[in-house]
Amino acid sequence: MDLDALFSCFASASCVITQATSGFIIGMLLFLVAVGLTLIFGILKVVNFSHGVFYMVGAYLTLTVFQATESFTLALVAGGLGTALVGWLVERLFMSRIYGADSLMQILVCYALILIFDDLVRMIWGAEFRSMGMPSTFQLPPLFIFGGVVPPYYLFVIAVAALIAVVLGLVVSRTRAGKIVRAAAHNAPMVSALGVNTTVVYGLVFAAGCMLAGLAGALAAPVRSVTPGMGFSILIESFIVTVIGGMGSIVGALVGALLIGLLRTFGALGFPLFNEGLMYIFMVVVLVARPTGLFGKETA
Amino acid sequence: MGAPSIPRALAIGAVAFVALVAAPLATGSTVLIDFVIRLSALAIFATSLNLLAGYGGMVSFGHGMFYGFGAYCFALMMQRTGVSIPVAFLTTVVGAALVSAIIGAICVRLKEVYFSFVTLAFQMLIHAIILAAMPLTGGDQGLRGGVPRPVFLGVDLSNQMQLCVFSAFLLVASLLVMHHVVASPFGATLRMIRDNAQRAAYLGVAVDRVRLKAFVIAAVFAAVGGVVQALFVSGAYPEFAYWTMSGEGIFVIMLGGLTTFLGPTLGSVIMLLLNDVVTRFTHYHGLVLGIVILVAALGLRKGLGDFVVERLADRRRQEAA
Repeated sequence: MDLDALFSCFASASCVITQATSGFIIGMLLFLVAVGLTLIFGILKVVNFSHGVFYMVGAYLTLTVFQATESFTLALVAGGLGTALVGWLVERLFMSRIYGADSLMQILVCYALILIFDDLVRMIWGAEFRSMGMPSTFQLPPLFIFGGVVPPYYLFVIAVAALIAVVLGLVVSRTRAGKIVRAAAHNAPMVSALGVNTTVVYGLVFAAGCMLAGLAGALAAPVRSVTPGMGFSILIESFIVTVIGGMGSIVGALVGALLIGLLRTFGALGFPLFNEGLMYIFMVVVLVARPTGLFGKETA
Repeated sequence: MGAPSIPRALAIGAVAFVALVAAPLATGSTVLIDFVIRLSALAIFATSLNLLAGYGGMVSFGHGMFYGFGAYCFALMMQRTGVSIPVAFLTTVVGAALVSAIIGAICVRLKEVYFSFVTLAFQMLIHAIILAAMPLTGGDQGLRGGVPRPVFLGVDLSNQMQLCVFSAFLLVASLLVMHHVVASPFGATLRMIRDNAQRAAYLGVAVDRVRLKAFVIAAVFAAVGGVVQALFVSGAYPEFAYWTMSGEGIFVIMLGGLTTFLGPTLGSVIMLLLNDVVTRFTHYHGLVLGIVILVAALGLRKGLGDFVVERLADRRRQEAA
């Protein structure tokens, strides 16, 4: 424990800014993964224990396209859309068969998917760590804000994720598609009786959730090492985020993700050895106080 | 399911024990000896998970933490303190009960999928602690340097043959005790809670307390499985407490069958055979295993044990008609 370091950081603006921006980037990436998880749970009522797989697939697709074309824009698009396609296939082939099944069956199928995808990635890209390197557009000197060091790429990631959060929020709350999705979450048979093809809705929602995870992987590729099994640690963290924020709540996912991101970066100063443990303790505290999470519905 | 009388249960246990050790003792084959030891570790673990998931409806995705706890606690006691094997064993069992009571008190308040999450998160916490506590646990290298096995009561566990007999004994004893739990009024209450927790609560059952008891009992037996595994590999590794262990447990009980008491044991046999055959042919054993799971889960939709039992019941009904 090193509380002195934590307090002296709070005393200086530069340290707070540096830690907060790294907290925000962790939080934003987590948000993208967690919001997909929460959307899928809200509508399909399955917990996608294999959600981390799509984060990994997104990162690998981006890495490959970037190395082939040198274009980061193209690589991001490929990472997002490619993952959406993979997600859609997984939904059609496997997930669609376990709706309404008990959670044991759901966990088992997801466990199988994790095993399969981790090995497929190992077969195609090898088992070693891969790093993509920063795209040349972002090879700029870091910005100094109040003396805090902020790499430009971090700002880009935070901006993109914030944009996605806003667009997602507007789509779900303001558009006809969003209305159908909310109605399906509430009462799918009724929506189906009113002439909406819920099978298609389910497939699209699952694919959209996977696309968000894939985008998170794509955005993370330049700053994190790309490795088989990389999806699992982010899966655990996004579970914690959804539990803290409340399953099925987009706002909850955002707040939970940012809280966890900040907890991680500031916690690293105060409790360097028990950083991960803080996260679990935080989750336990929230669960004991509010079992449905900060923004979850009481009946959930 | 009526509880068999105690003499009858002991007789069944004795027969099972003899059947388990007969082949390894008769042939002296190391493959068979190892198989019985590995089977004991996995089957105790899987049956304990089934106590929770199958009979209690609490699908833990973190049950491996107690398996890992058992392995580390036992191995560390033997390495560091020089106590005898029974003392280390008892300490491990008591330790697992204490740890699981604390973790369980938080987890059992949560229902269904939240329960799965939180057990998974606690498992990752335990795994993180094992990795972080380098000087004690050896971090990601695992606990090496061997587990000493002083002779106790004339039993020498450094002899593989004796370890095999000892493991088989633990397996049979654990299964008998767990079956007793399942067949007891407590087991009936647990199943009632699984089927309708609200009704149980209205009938005056302290639901969370029963669930917590089941959680602790299951954790204790998972730790026993971990002890057998620690004796077998003469060490302990972080993978024992990793999520893959819990996933494997879930797979084993699904493979063998949830509603048949011996289903998880059958599942363990199939799993070990599958593992041995697959690793002989390919590095990508996760891929093959995953495909087998998908085919079994989506195709059969129930465990092999349940499948066979239902088939037999169907046939009996037809013959009666």
